[in-house]
Amino acid sequence: MGREMPLPPHDIMRAVINNRRDRVFGDESIWLCLTCETCSARCPNGCDPARVIDALRELAVSEGVSPSPRNVRAFHQAFLDQIKFSGRLFEVGLVLDYKLRSGDLLKDVANAPAMLVRGKLPVKPARIAGHGDVRRIIEACERERTAGGGELT
Amino acid sequence: MARIGVFVCHCGENIARTVDCARVVEELKSHPGVVHSEDYKYMCSDPGQALVRKAIEENDLTGVVVCACSPHMHEKTFRGAAAKAGLNPFLCEMANIREHCSWIHEDRGEATDKAIDIGRTIIEKVKHNVPLETIRIPVTKRALVIGGGIAGIQAALDIADGGAEVVLVEKESSIGGHMSQLSETFPTLDCSQCILTPRMVEVLQHPRIKLHSYSELESLEGYIGNFKATIRKKARSVDEDLCNGCGDCQAACPSRKIASEFDAGTGKRSAIYVPFPQAVPNIPVLDRVNCTRFKAKRKGIEKDVCGKCQEACLKGAIDYEQEDSFVTEDVGAVVVATGFQLYSIGRDQPAGLKGYGEYGYGDVPDVIDGMQFERLASASGPTGGEILRPSDGKPPKTVVFVQCVGSRDPEKGIPYCSKICCMYTAKHTMLYKNKMHDGKAIVFYMDIRAGGKGYDEFTRRAIEDDGAQYVRGRVSRIYRDGDVVKVWGFDTLSGEQVVVDADMVVLATAMRPQPGIAELAQKLSISYDEHGFINEAHPKLRPVETNTAGIYIAGACQAPRDIPESVAMASATAAKVLGLFSADELEREPTVALVNEQTCIGCFSCEQVCPYGAIEHVDVCDVEGHICGVVARVNPGICQGCGTCVAVCPSKSVELQGFTDEQIYAEINALGSW
Amino acid sequence: MSLGYYPGCSMHGTSREYDESLKAIAPALGVTMTEIDDWCCCGASSAHAADHLLGVALPARNLALAEAQGHDEVLAPCAACFNRLAGARHAVANEPGMAARVQAVLERPFANSVAVRSVVELLLGLAPTIEEQVAARLEPNQLGELSIAAYYGCLLVRPAEITGFDDSERPSSMESVIAACGARPVDWNMAVECCGGAFSVSRTSSVVRLSRAIIDDARSHGAQAIVVACPLCHSNLDFRQAAMTRRGEEPMPILFITQLVGLALGLPAETLGLGRHFVATEPLLTQLKALAAARAAADAAKAAAAAEKAAARAAASDRPVVAASAAAASDPAPAPPSAGGGDA
Repeated sequence: MGREMPLPPHDIMRAVINNRRDRVFGDESIWLCLTCETCSARCPNGCDPARVIDALRELAVSEGVSPSPRNVRAFHQAFLDQIKFSGRLFEVGLVLDYKLRSGDLLKDVANAPAMLVRGKLPVKPARIAGHGDVRRIIEACERERTAGGGELT
Repeated sequence: MARIGVFVCHCGENIARTVDCARVVEELKSHPGVVHSEDYKYMCSDPGQALVRKAIEENDLTGVVVCACSPHMHEKTFRGAAAKAGLNPFLCEMANIREHCSWIHEDRGEATDKAIDIGRTIIEKVKHNVPLETIRIPVTKRALVIGGGIAGIQAALDIADGGAEVVLVEKESSIGGHMSQLSETFPTLDCSQCILTPRMVEVLQHPRIKLHSYSELESLEGYIGNFKATIRKKARSVDEDLCNGCGDCQAACPSRKIASEFDAGTGKRSAIYVPFPQAVPNIPVLDRVNCTRFKAKRKGIEKDVCGKCQEACLKGAIDYEQEDSFVTEDVGAVVVATGFQLYSIGRDQPAGLKGYGEYGYGDVPDVIDGMQFERLASASGPTGGEILRPSDGKPPKTVVFVQCVGSRDPEKGIPYCSKICCMYTAKHTMLYKNKMHDGKAIVFYMDIRAGGKGYDEFTRRAIEDDGAQYVRGRVSRIYRDGDVVKVWGFDTLSGEQVVVDADMVVLATAMRPQPGIAELAQKLSISYDEHGFINEAHPKLRPVETNTAGIYIAGACQAPRDIPESVAMASATAAKVLGLFSADELEREPTVALVNEQTCIGCFSCEQVCPYGAIEHVDVCDVEGHICGVVARVNPGICQGCGTCVAVCPSKSVELQGFTDEQIYAEINALGSW
Repeated sequence: MSLGYYPGCSMHGTSREYDESLKAIAPALGVTMTEIDDWCCCGASSAHAADHLLGVALPARNLALAEAQGHDEVLAPCAACFNRLAGARHAVANEPGMAARVQAVLERPFANSVAVRSVVELLLGLAPTIEEQVAARLEPNQLGELSIAAYYGCLLVRPAEITGFDDSERPSSMESVIAACGARPVDWNMAVECCGGAFSVSRTSSVVRLSRAIIDDARSHGAQAIVVACPLCHSNLDFRQAAMTRRGEEPMPILFITQLVGLALGLPAETLGLGRHFVATEPLLTQLKALAAARAAADAAKAAAAAEKAAARAAASDRPVVAASAAAASDPAPAPPSAGGGDA
């Protein structure tokens, strides 16, 4: 994804070293990272930029600073909402939720019938017995994150 | 009866400001055994030393105690003065009242008390001192040089020109090392073999240099000035005395497709071969691994196969039955000049190193390393100096050079910089552009390290005059795409991804020590670091010596370095060796261990802990001459006086001369006894 | 062999055929899989993008369940789930303080004793079994004429400390499985380049750019199909392929590795879910079957001709009929006569 990032991983690392929050959180670069781990696999000094970018995203969310691209944020939030509700991903629900959040209502609508025909769109959501457990874990982590405000591991 | 002289130094204000020297003199004057006590402002000065000598002569002193600075500073000075006055120098000791007293305390009264105490301890020690004689070891004025590359050649020539004999051992069939494989050298762009081969011939013809080529060190015994080296002369299958270097055998050999090591795999050779025309000695070697005749024998075929080289040889010099032979050489010093090898780009790597899968693990034919490029560029190389693609033999229109392959890459196992790659890459671009005027040379670099004389100007020439394109950024992937080699990189100065369709890629790989360096170092008892580079005695001030007395180093075996530095280092090493040889005898401090053979029980715990291998076995005979036991004896030539054996001896039979238990306990007991 | 089975959310949805084909081949290979009871989503990319602890805790819950249910190994067919589960195991074992934090959030006992296996690693270990069974089949192997590119993607091979079982730049485990199936793995360049992963929905243009390069490279190296072991890669390469194909280009079928093994073992296409793909697999399979049949016929004809010749020679020289095996042809010493006549 480096080609599409205004700040590719090495520039993000440089901005972090120089403590340039304005640069790091100034555009969507950190949100375009797919965690493909290629940067970390190749770095001769073992710097692990993939982990650094993960941490920057966490920081961005907890401090409310970075504008993640609407679609990307919408997807992640829809995902987490789904699993909070049912413990597993119910793909129809996920896509609907995503469309509503992102405003991208027509996305893949044309493909839906094809998916259904191939049996790939279960229409019934499956809620696991431990869905409460999952909700609890998600909320506990959120509390730890906002309360702690300390070191990001 | 002890007659000790005490001399208290003021050391200007260093001691006198905190210690009342006059009081020290007074108090120690009345110490039992002291017959003379005085002070002076600068005891180490000429007048100060004169006072010491005068006191020794006038008072018939049996021992001298100088209360002053650390023995590290002036023990030698005062012992020299004592010797001049006719007193055995080891009856003179220093009491440190500067570093151990005046420099670290503030209260004058307490500091002076302490200085007096310190004085007393040394006085009591000196009462137990015995005269010791400097150990003198004879020195064999011959040097063994291991490695016949440019560093080994330079060291051998300098030592031999300085008047000493040299035995030069080279494991390959010819001397010359990697320098003989190069096309041109930076920064002068001299033809490498043109400047090297005259030195090689000089080695061959030098009356004081004995060359053992195609040989390796088998073992080394002994100690500085007195080494015995056993050298294995590997079987060439050619009688060196009969061969006249005519080359008929090489021409007759039917196997011509063996990958040539000298050409770094870019060319082929025959089974019996001389690696290159200017080889020294110009005697071929038969590669028994690839020779048809020997392969057949290994398969169990009874009949003799081939034998064409033997037929062709008019001198009858080919000897298939030849075996490895051994020679021993007595030498006084050893120089290690084994040079380097290049890091491999292949998949198979030694422990601790990883290969470059992202560059294809060496599977792409047009991705080569720097040495292979040298052979392609060399006029005496397999392509006659034309730079051609290994895959299809066509000239490449775009060549990408990648610096720092392996080097500066802790994740792959090599954290250090290999120093020469920036320079030889610039050189490569110039060689390429000179042969291919409209070709494109692109260099991917992280930094340019060009610190030598004229070096930075050289790299600028590559860019400004020869049109090499330098891109700052690493290469993340190299792979074959149809007819081209795709190179994915980044230009950090412009902030863009760069993709190049290259015809050839040259990887500037890291410099590593030779294979087998660990085994050689262990044979010599010298230490090496985690990369295999030999350790120098002190990185700043003693770069050409090792911590093992008598063994020196030169060239790239110690760290990556270029030819000018290797030559300079080799000459420095030669100077050290000639310095060692300048006296007929080596003088060593007698503060070494000594075994009381009467009480020694022969357990040899000392031998097990001695880091220097200084313990010898001595037979104890009865009156009739029958051996009834074995005891230990310390070789004073090797012993470094570390005292480890003293600590472990269960029968307390070994003591350190000048630091016996008696002397040390006397010092300790003197504290607080007055 | 018995393992815990962690399907992951896509197994019942968009990658149903991966689940189907895995369950179809398991009995043939002697593998028993027991689904972890009450497993939850591993969090995929969304959890760890939001919160490092959540990215470890969610998969850890599943490992804790597996532990409690008596498993020491868990199979995770989805590459992302595999990476998250193995990553959680690694984090709890190696990151200072992580074990305690996870324990606190999970509120259930967790000893981090369960090993995590990917389908590729499992099949690599079973490659000899696969090869044996393929050789033992009576019908000709329809995969014999198939050139196929093994696409690993990111999460099966990186980070190397977590995935561990293969080289992260030039892996070869899927190639070994492909060879065991009797097909021909191609040597190509994009085996470990990212397909666009989780941007399938939110940034499809990136996926099109990245995945198109993968398909183009496979095609230019002669691959007739691509084999994957990741539901998201499959989705990007198969579901989204229509957006990447240029006019006149042959479509490139995308198979799951488990489907390939199923075909090699002779299982019917319906049990392997091959009808659920967006890029039809039927044309390729039909073509391969035809080619295999043609080759088998040609081989049989050759064997018959050779047997005739040998019989004629034997009749002329009164020697026993020697088995017309390839070994007999190259060995200078005569082969012993085999009972039962010519076996080509």
